[in-house]
Amino acid sequence: MRTTRIAAAAAAALGILLATACTTDAPTEEADDTATETESGDEWFVQADYDEQLAQRDIEPEGDPNTPWLQAIEPEWVDTAAFAQEGGDATVCFSNASVSNPWRVTGWITMQQQVAVLQESGQIGEFRHSDAGDDDDQQISDIQAFVDSGDCDALIISPSTTATLTPAVEAACESGVPVIIFDRGVNTDCAVTFIHPIGGYAFGADAAEFLVDELEPGSTVLALRILPGVDVLENRWAAAEEIFADSELEILGNEFTGGDAAEIKNIVTQYLQRGDVDGIWMDAGDGAVAAIEAFEDAGAPYPVMTGEDELSFMRKWQETGMTALAPVYSNFQWRTPVIAATMILAGEQVPAEWVLPQDPITEAERDQYLEVNADMPSLHYAKFGGEDLPGFPDAWQDR
Amino acid sequence: MTRVRDLLLRATNPTATVFVLLVLVFAGVFAMNPGFFEGPSLMAFLKQAAPLVILAAGQYFVIVSGNFDLSVGALVGAQVVIAARLIDGEESRTLPVMIVMVLFGIGVGLVNGLITTALKVQSFITTLGMLMVLYGAIRLWTGGAPTGSLSESFRVFGRMGIEDVPVLGQIPWALLIMIAVGAGSVLLMRTRFGRILMAAGDNERAAALSGARVDTARTIAFVLSGLSATIAGILIGGFAGVSAQVGDGLEFTVITAVVLGGVVLGGGRGSVLAAMAGALVIEALFTLFNQMALPATLRPAVQGAIIIAAVAYAARRRTRPVPTATATPS
Repeated sequence: MRTTRIAAAAAAALGILLATACTTDAPTEEADDTATETESGDEWFVQADYDEQLAQRDIEPEGDPNTPWLQAIEPEWVDTAAFAQEGGDATVCFSNASVSNPWRVTGWITMQQQVAVLQESGQIGEFRHSDAGDDDDQQISDIQAFVDSGDCDALIISPSTTATLTPAVEAACESGVPVIIFDRGVNTDCAVTFIHPIGGYAFGADAAEFLVDELEPGSTVLALRILPGVDVLENRWAAAEEIFADSELEILGNEFTGGDAAEIKNIVTQYLQRGDVDGIWMDAGDGAVAAIEAFEDAGAPYPVMTGEDELSFMRKWQETGMTALAPVYSNFQWRTPVIAATMILAGEQVPAEWVLPQDPITEAERDQYLEVNADMPSLHYAKFGGEDLPGFPDAWQDR
Repeated sequence: MTRVRDLLLRATNPTATVFVLLVLVFAGVFAMNPGFFEGPSLMAFLKQAAPLVILAAGQYFVIVSGNFDLSVGALVGAQVVIAARLIDGEESRTLPVMIVMVLFGIGVGLVNGLITTALKVQSFITTLGMLMVLYGAIRLWTGGAPTGSLSESFRVFGRMGIEDVPVLGQIPWALLIMIAVGAGSVLLMRTRFGRILMAAGDNERAAALSGARVDTARTIAFVLSGLSATIAGILIGGFAGVSAQVGDGLEFTVITAVVLGGVVLGGGRGSVLAAMAGALVIEALFTLFNQMALPATLRPAVQGAIIIAAVAYAARRRTRPVPTATATPS
C-alpha cells in the first residue's frame, strides 16, 4: 500500500513537472520590440501614449519621404557639438539584443549594409558589435565591455528589455560616450537620441480600424496573438481592444499562438468548425499564411485580414486577392542609428526622440513593394528600406 | 455487483484510463458542439492530431525501454527548416530532400542511441544536449530565420487527402499515415524486439542475463523515435508551412501524451496504443478548451490539472510498484 502511495505521489510530481514544462516554452525571442514583463490586462493601456501615437500617425514627418529612415515626426533638435570629432576614423560600437527573429535578422543585415556605405565614404572607421542573444545579463556585460574598452566613439544600443537595461545605459552615458538607443526604449533620457517608429498602439489601431471599416456591423473577428507579457505586443492588442469596443464587430476570441504556423492553423481551423470567421486581426505577421490556408482547407471564404509587411503574407495576399492590410513596424529603423552616430560625431543636430514614420501598406501600394522585393526570401520585410544600398539585393537574399 | 466492480477495475487500469478520458473529453466536445463529429471537421481534427500521435509512438519505444528522448521537438523543427532550405520551392527536389530528411532522422536517433548505450550517458542528458545542438545548429545555419520554401508536392502529405469521400469529405493522408504507423508499432511490439524492449525497461539486468541484446534494442528505439520525428516533421511542415517556431516544446507535449497513456517513465510498462491515445486526448483537450472558449491564459493551468489528476488516478490503481528514478538505466 505504501508503495502505491509513493507511486501516486511520484506520478503526480512528474505530472506537475511536465505540465509546467509544456506551458513555459513560449518563444520569448519572438517579440520584435520591448519585453518588459508585468501583469497583463489594463496594465498595458496608457491613454496618453495611445492618444499620442494615434495622433502621430496623421502628422506629416519632417524630411524627404524617399528616405523615411531619415524622417522624424515633430523632432526636438538637440545640439551635439560637444561630441564633434575631427577625422573620419571613428569607432562605432553596437550592442544588439539579439537576431532571434526574422524581423531582427532583416534589420541587422540592413544596418551592416549601411555601415559598409559609411565606411566607404570614410565617415566610420571601425564598427564593432555584440549580440546578447536575448539575455539581459549578457547585454549588460556587453555594454560594460564596450565602455571599459574606451575605444568606442559612439555607442548604439538596442536594449533587450526596458527596466533591466536602464542602469547599464545610464552607466554608458556617464562615461561620456554619445549613446544612441533604438527599437525598444529604456527608462532614462540620458541617451543623445532614442530612435523608434511610432509604436505598438499605432500598429494595433491601424489593423483594428481597417477591420472596422471593411467589415459589416455584426461581423465576427478572431484575434491571433503571439504571446502575452511583451509590452509592444500588448500595446498592439490594447489599442485594438479599444477600437473594437467602440465598433459593432463581435470578437470571437484572442488566442496566443507562439507565432507557430501549425498552432495558428489548428486554432483557426477550430474556430471555423464552430462558425463563421469574417475577419482576422494579428499582432504580428508570423504565420499569417497558415491562418489563410486554414480558410482554404475548410472551404471557407477568405476573411478580411491584417498581417504585417512580411513578404510571405503579402505574396499570399496578392495571390488570393483577399481584402487585407499590412501594418508595419518600420524595419528601416535599423539604418537610422548608424547614420545618427555619424551626425553626432560631426556635431550635427539630431532629434532627442527620433520618431520614424510607420505607415501600413495598403492594397494600392502592395504590388509595387512586392515587385521591388521580388527576389527576396519569404521571411523578408517589405519596408526594410535598403533598396538603395549597394549590397541590394544579394545581401538580403543570402542569409 | 462483482461485474460492476470488475468493470470499474478495468476502467481504472492505467492503460484503460486514457481511453475513458478520451471518451469523456469527446463527450465534452460533443456537448459543446455536436457539429464537431460531422465527417469533415472530425477529419480536420485527426489531420492536425496525426503528427503528435506519430511522435507519441516513437517516444513510446524510447520510454518503454527505460529512456527519454527530449530531442524530438528540436528535430521536428530542424527537419522542417532543412526541408524548406534545401527544396527552396523546387518541385523536383521533393523526393531527394525527403530521403535526406529520413537519413538525418535516423542519424540523429543513432547518435542519441549510441551515446546513451555505448558511452553510458543518461539519455535525459544525451537528448537534452541533442536538443540544444540541433536548436543552435539550425539558428547558426539559417542566421536566425528560416529561408526557402516547401514545394507543393512536399505539402501534400500534411495538407491534402483523398478528396470527395461521401460523408467524410476528405480522408487526409496524414490520417492514413498515422494508422499505418500505429499498426506498424503495435505489430513491432509483438515481435521479439518488442519483448526485449519491454524487458530492458522492466529489468535491464535480467534481460541482459537472459541473453537479450539490450543495448541494440535501445539504440533501435532511439532510431525509431528519430524516424517518427521525421514523419511528424513532414506532416507538420506540410500542414502549416515553415516558421521559426515549428516543433518548439513538442518534446514535453509528447512525453505528457505518453505518460497520460499510462506508460511508466522508467520503462517496462504500458502499451503503444494507449500512448497514441494519450496524444489524441491532448489534442482533444485543446479542441475542448477552444469549444468552451476558455481564456487562453487559463488553458495551460486547466490542462496541467487534468493531466496530473489522470496520471495520479491511474497510478493509485496500479498494482505493481513503479520503478523509482534510480532504476532508470544510463
